[in-house]
Amino acid sequence: MTTVRPYHAARWSEPLINELTTAGERGVIPPAVEDGIPNAKGLVPEGMARKAPPLLPELSQLQVLRHWLRLSQMTLGMDTDIDIGVGTCTMKYSPKVNEELASRIADVHPDQSEETMQGLLEIAWRFANVYLREISGMDSFTFQPPGGSAGAFNNAVIMRKYHELRGELSQRDEIITTIFSHPCDAACPATAGFKLVTLYPDEETGIPSVEALKAAVSNHTAGIFVTNPEDTGIFNGHIDEWTKIVHEAGGLCAYDQANANAIMGVTRARDAGFDMCFFNLHKTFGSPHGSSGPGSAAVGVTKELDEYLPVPVIIKEGERYRLDYDRPHSIGKVRDFLGNIQVVLRSYAWAAAMGGEGLREAAEVSMINNQYLQKRLEGIRGITKPYGGRRLDQVRWSLAKLKEDTGVGVDDVNRRIVDYGVQTMFTSHHPWVVPEPFTPEPCESYSRADIDYWVAVLERVIGEAYSDPEMVKSAPHNSSIHKIDSSVLDDPEKWAMSWKAYRRKMK
Amino acid sequence: MKKPHPYIPNSVPEAKAAMLRDVGAESAEELYEQMIPKRLLMKRSLNLPEGIPSEHDLKAHVLDLLSRDTDCGKSLSFLGGGCWQHFIPQVCDEIVRRGEFLTAYAGGGYSDLGRFQANWEFQSLICDLVGMEVSGLPTYDWGSAAGSSVRMASRLTGRREVLVPASMSPARFGVVSNFCNPTDMPGSIKLTKVAYDKKTGMMDLGDLEKKLTEIVAAVYVENPGYLGVIEERGKEIAKLAHDTGAEFVVGVDPISLGVLAPPSDYGADIVCGELQPLGVHMNAGGGLGGFIATRDEERYVAESPLRIISITPTSEPGELGFGGAAFERTSYMAREKAKDWVGTTTVLHGITAAVYLSLMGPQGMREVGEAILRKSHYAAKRFKEVKGLDVAWEGFFKEFPLNLEATGRTVNEVNAALLRKGIFGGKDISNEFPELGQSALTCVTEVHSKADIDRLTAELREAVA
Repeated sequence: MTTVRPYHAARWSEPLINELTTAGERGVIPPAVEDGIPNAKGLVPEGMARKAPPLLPELSQLQVLRHWLRLSQMTLGMDTDIDIGVGTCTMKYSPKVNEELASRIADVHPDQSEETMQGLLEIAWRFANVYLREISGMDSFTFQPPGGSAGAFNNAVIMRKYHELRGELSQRDEIITTIFSHPCDAACPATAGFKLVTLYPDEETGIPSVEALKAAVSNHTAGIFVTNPEDTGIFNGHIDEWTKIVHEAGGLCAYDQANANAIMGVTRARDAGFDMCFFNLHKTFGSPHGSSGPGSAAVGVTKELDEYLPVPVIIKEGERYRLDYDRPHSIGKVRDFLGNIQVVLRSYAWAAAMGGEGLREAAEVSMINNQYLQKRLEGIRGITKPYGGRRLDQVRWSLAKLKEDTGVGVDDVNRRIVDYGVQTMFTSHHPWVVPEPFTPEPCESYSRADIDYWVAVLERVIGEAYSDPEMVKSAPHNSSIHKIDSSVLDDPEKWAMSWKAYRRKMK
Repeated sequence: MKKPHPYIPNSVPEAKAAMLRDVGAESAEELYEQMIPKRLLMKRSLNLPEGIPSEHDLKAHVLDLLSRDTDCGKSLSFLGGGCWQHFIPQVCDEIVRRGEFLTAYAGGGYSDLGRFQANWEFQSLICDLVGMEVSGLPTYDWGSAAGSSVRMASRLTGRREVLVPASMSPARFGVVSNFCNPTDMPGSIKLTKVAYDKKTGMMDLGDLEKKLTEIVAAVYVENPGYLGVIEERGKEIAKLAHDTGAEFVVGVDPISLGVLAPPSDYGADIVCGELQPLGVHMNAGGGLGGFIATRDEERYVAESPLRIISITPTSEPGELGFGGAAFERTSYMAREKAKDWVGTTTVLHGITAAVYLSLMGPQGMREVGEAILRKSHYAAKRFKEVKGLDVAWEGFFKEFPLNLEATGRTVNEVNAALLRKGIFGGKDISNEFPELGQSALTCVTEVHSKADIDRLTAELREAVA
């Protein structure tokens, strides 16, 4: 039996940085300007000089450091917590050695001549052409899109270009997705100019039926954007049939493999018939999530779509690595310079540490850990699992029963588990097709003891919900602050996004 | 696995076997076959190099690959053009390496109170600098920030054309273009370039007036622009835009704002720009991050694609918490009906920028702005002393096109000669802006010493002789 240990979050009651100001204090002094360099008189054109200094705080160095360290201490990063609850995000360990390695390119300028960064280009080339090609079966990769959703947007832009060059864009203006695909698979094609058709799951299987897809495709279909395994953890086993149907209708198929953690070395995008896919390097490939970036997508395409990739593409000519901009059918730029290439370097180092066998092991252990977690959660009062069958990397569970029994829903549970030092669980993107959802993902970084501890906390909180629901609803009690007034967040008269607005509205 | 991998606790063979036993399976294959059709399962193992589980050996492998490279610390660099070498306070590095911030992601406002406060303070400090009251979490880079800003303007006005300076960086223009959709699809936004004055580098107001029609959603200018130019006539451009019902969008390099007027002073409705100068290492371009700021009006918030954090009271008197404001408009809630999309962007760079601004304060920002002005203008003066070299215009901040035309040499030739001396010359823009002839976009910041500038002057003299 796992014992839940007492916990209390750091509670510094740290003031806002603007409240810590003391006129005249300095945090840092910029580089000196030597004698012999004329003063700044006349260098700012008439009327363009700043009249009043910016309202920035004035603090000495220790006082600045202390403020930010205190804020960091009131942040439950993955390094300190058992971050199983934040599913769909693959909160895996980001090895510290990779931070050291990434720091070695900190002072590289992206426009340095190619001959001064052959090593960096080789790393990115090898990662794409040795590792990712083999893992996905795709022919060419780009790291230009600077995040997962940016990868989905990139793929929508490629689809746009593809149909435009074939003269079919005015006709093919519809993208098909599924409701359990990540919202970016709907929002990014929409931003790129497409109309969206969304398929809903079959009540039994949890995935949309082949018939639903057949009914949705037409000569208006530009393509599909689908996540697989979906956010429910269910793998759509008809996926190769889907790609065939879409291809026959004249569309392209884009695979959202942002979270491919349980399928590396197991099943491949290309073998399911996809034309393009993307991985999130900050999820599957071990680069840290950075409080929400910088991350990177790795977009892979078949050789038929290679010509559309954004510029530049890193290519190898003989023993030299080059940035290729001369690509007439390219979609052009989706990000300035070379993308988030420090993220690529970290992911290369992660993949190199794993090797082929290690990647497969990471996938297997993620999947097995999820079976184990599933077994541990099944049978806990108040938790149900919509749709049948095993799940790959995660499960979308429901606390609807708990809410019905006690009035305590997933938001309340989420505010209470933090009292035990466990991160808020990811619920679900909207709409909540599964009511009162939560989506844990016990990836390969977690031990059996970690999973047991996480389950023990959840079980404890559910027990509390049955015995003392009011206490759970008024949580948190051991956190850095108490329950917030969320009505302010949607009220233009009261919301405040800056110190200036806060003083005007609330002080 | 033959040996347990240090990143995978359950790769210990006995542990893995026990887990399998507990879930009632013999092997992982058996489980996969229950979830994925056999025809889709790989029939072979990955054909990849053997793993390097030893940290020492892994480090040696990667450092060996990188050993051929050099950087702006080992060499003397005058590259800028959208990614710049600036002074980075040690405290920025210290905070950004904290595991709590580095490895946080999508946690809640209680368990991650510090991250939420840091994000809010980022918004607030950016607002202080640009003279606005609303910002949001960072976006990917200046280009994507500009792309989102002009899409906001298009939705606000219901119009579908945006005017941008012809002097804009072609790469950034490309990013904005993909945001706006350069096809004939319904709903696409047309980007039209407004000419610039070859003598001053500033926008040609005659051309602007000619192109500023009733279907223009926004006029977008940059200050300073890609070619270093300070656009002096913001007020006039704002008036022209507003008189036709267009929004005025200004992109800024924020490190200039200790000395240059904030865009709010000259009528900007939406301000966007690049975070990288504010304490973020260049990272071969991976240091980029964008921001967007507006006035505190509901209509701007309603059109923003970003995650926006508001401060809010808690049940405890005097205590403050934070939460996502007007979240319904984001793609996490509204999918294809959302205001564009939001996702994982560059929040850690935003925290870095907030640490930077709180270290610099108002005086630091003024001093760094003055240092950049003084050193870059000193450099321009020195380079002009070299026979055949000229500087495109007078009103610049930090960078300027250095014209080599009269020397008969190409930028390519001169930069190759400089590289042999350990110097990265300015970016060759002779293809991007052929009308400027053989020009190198040369960048001088506060990190360059007088000796560095004098050294480049001497090397240029030799290279063009």
